[in-house]
Amino acid sequence: MSMPFYVSPEQLMKDRADFARKGIARGRSVVAVQYADGVLFVSENPSQALHKVSEIYDRIAFAAVGRYNEFENLRIAGVRLADMRGYAYDRRDVTGRGLANAYAQTLGTIFSSGGEKPYEVEIFVAEIGDAAEDDQLYRLTYDGQVADEHGFAVMGGAADVVAAHLQEHYVPGAPLEDALRVAVAALGHTESEDRVIPAGALEVAALDRTRSQPRKFLRLRESRLAEILGERGPTEADAPSAEDRVAGSGPHQSGVDDPADPTDQVSGATAPLEDPVTGEPPVAPPVAPPTAPPGEEQAPVDPASPGEAQPPAPQPSAPEPGQEPGTGQPPAPGTPPPGPGEV
Amino acid sequence: MTPMSESRLPTSFMTPGTSSFADFLGVQAPDLLPSRRAVPSGDAGDLAPHGTTIVAATFAGGVVMAGDRRATMGNIIAQRDIQKVFPADEFSVVGIAGTAGLAVEMVRLFQTELEHYEKIEGTTLSMDGKANRLAALIRANLGLAMQGLAVVPLFAGYDLVAEQGRIFSYDVTGGRYEETAFHSVGSGSLFARGSLKKLYREDLDAEGAVTAVIQALYDAADDDSATGGPDITRRIFPVVHVITAEGGARMPDEEVSAIADRMLASRMQRPDGPAAPLT
Repeated sequence: MSMPFYVSPEQLMKDRADFARKGIARGRSVVAVQYADGVLFVSENPSQALHKVSEIYDRIAFAAVGRYNEFENLRIAGVRLADMRGYAYDRRDVTGRGLANAYAQTLGTIFSSGGEKPYEVEIFVAEIGDAAEDDQLYRLTYDGQVADEHGFAVMGGAADVVAAHLQEHYVPGAPLEDALRVAVAALGHTESEDRVIPAGALEVAALDRTRSQPRKFLRLRESRLAEILGERGPTEADAPSAEDRVAGSGPHQSGVDDPADPTDQVSGATAPLEDPVTGEPPVAPPVAPPTAPPGEEQAPVDPASPGEAQPPAPQPSAPEPGQEPGTGQPPAPGTPPPGPGEV
Repeated sequence: MTPMSESRLPTSFMTPGTSSFADFLGVQAPDLLPSRRAVPSGDAGDLAPHGTTIVAATFAGGVVMAGDRRATMGNIIAQRDIQKVFPADEFSVVGIAGTAGLAVEMVRLFQTELEHYEKIEGTTLSMDGKANRLAALIRANLGLAMQGLAVVPLFAGYDLVAEQGRIFSYDVTGGRYEETAFHSVGSGSLFARGSLKKLYREDLDAEGAVTAVIQALYDAADDDSATGGPDITRRIFPVVHVITAEGGARMPDEEVSAIADRMLASRMQRPDGPAAPLT
């Protein structure tokens, strides 16, 4: 007979939150900026096909960071919900608030259900009105929380660094060109340097209320971006990132094993469960140096099941410098730590 | 309508699969599909207004479609200013003849279908793909058509790959036929087509093509009681859509009325319209 281990609800939720937060911080940031004629989305995305920013309905757009397959599912569900509602009622009856609510309920239910892996995604839902005061920008986190954002918002990657840069340079009610320049500069900004992101590696889209068609969503192509951004000096593409690999693949494994952090995904860690004999709580497991170097005692990688509830087996990788030793304390929500290779 | 009231998105919404809105609706809310409604047996054709004549013609660099504004119920004019030509998406337009209510609903479904595909797949359907989807919607309506509630559309658009305007006609069983140069559907279509035969030339520009279809609609209204001519007292003129490589738009009423006024002025001199050379 197997003995069921007791895990406190607090610990369970904390583990799930840490798991989701780590996945989100691994990708690159997405910036949403309100400007005079609507809402602008800017992200660094070398892929021309796998979009992070998409159209949902006439005046509603969607942007996401995290695992591609998960937010793509949410996007398609949103398009279906919006189209169905617009067809059953009227196009004006499709609202960003309704969509944000549906997403919040969905993410919240998945997060708290024991049977499902929490989604490693964070989402913006934006809706434009007839005037700038009516524009709405919602941020939804992996656990289904909704925040009403004003002015600008950043998610994914080193969100706090980008947000700090925007806080300094953002001007409310700016024209599209100025808003774009500020957002692109913020994305290239890190604590150590300011990088010039090539126009071809940017994914930019906007909800523009000055468009004559009912569908207000438009993508800004590379030529238009280059024209607006002008000469900015030598460009430098971002280093390869985990999310550049096969879409929907498991998260990139890196960093050192930290026995104090039961949620890190490097092998050798103490299992995030209490010791059945001593009854030690999982919150503070005995701190001991890792006995096995990373790379040993790995479970075989199963490529057929990338979306398992358990974190996939790590891939051998050298500990990367720059990874701060984990303290077991998660950062505050909304300020994910800079992931390795993302600074 | 359970999916609308539930707070969490239903699992079926998150399931990858079809990019077709009509297919999705058929599984999720079949009662919303116009073709899934059961109608008591018998002829229901006299219950609802009927839309009448639609004409379309290509020109170098695009295609135009125009529809008259009349809907009839038997001998009654049900509506004088009905709109029967609708944009399907940015580069295509659909005009409808037949049972007006069903047809308008089918156009809404078709518009959503094209937009839905575009948003889900990130790319637009090909011109033939759009024409085939419309054929499938018409085919699903065959049961209702046999009870007198037929919908017969005319579909036209600018094919960005072939770089030319194209016209597709349909029958009630969903048969799809590509037409060259010009075509017409509805009760006055025989007269409109005869008129276009004499007026159409391959070197027409956009305005010339609009003039030709407005002339054709006048000829249809001349001989078919169910087709409305230009209403000069109420200033109601045909709905005209022009589609080129830059996209499609409804021609503003002022421009249509200017062309219609010129046509009417010349018909004052020669009521049968311009005379075509004999040889």
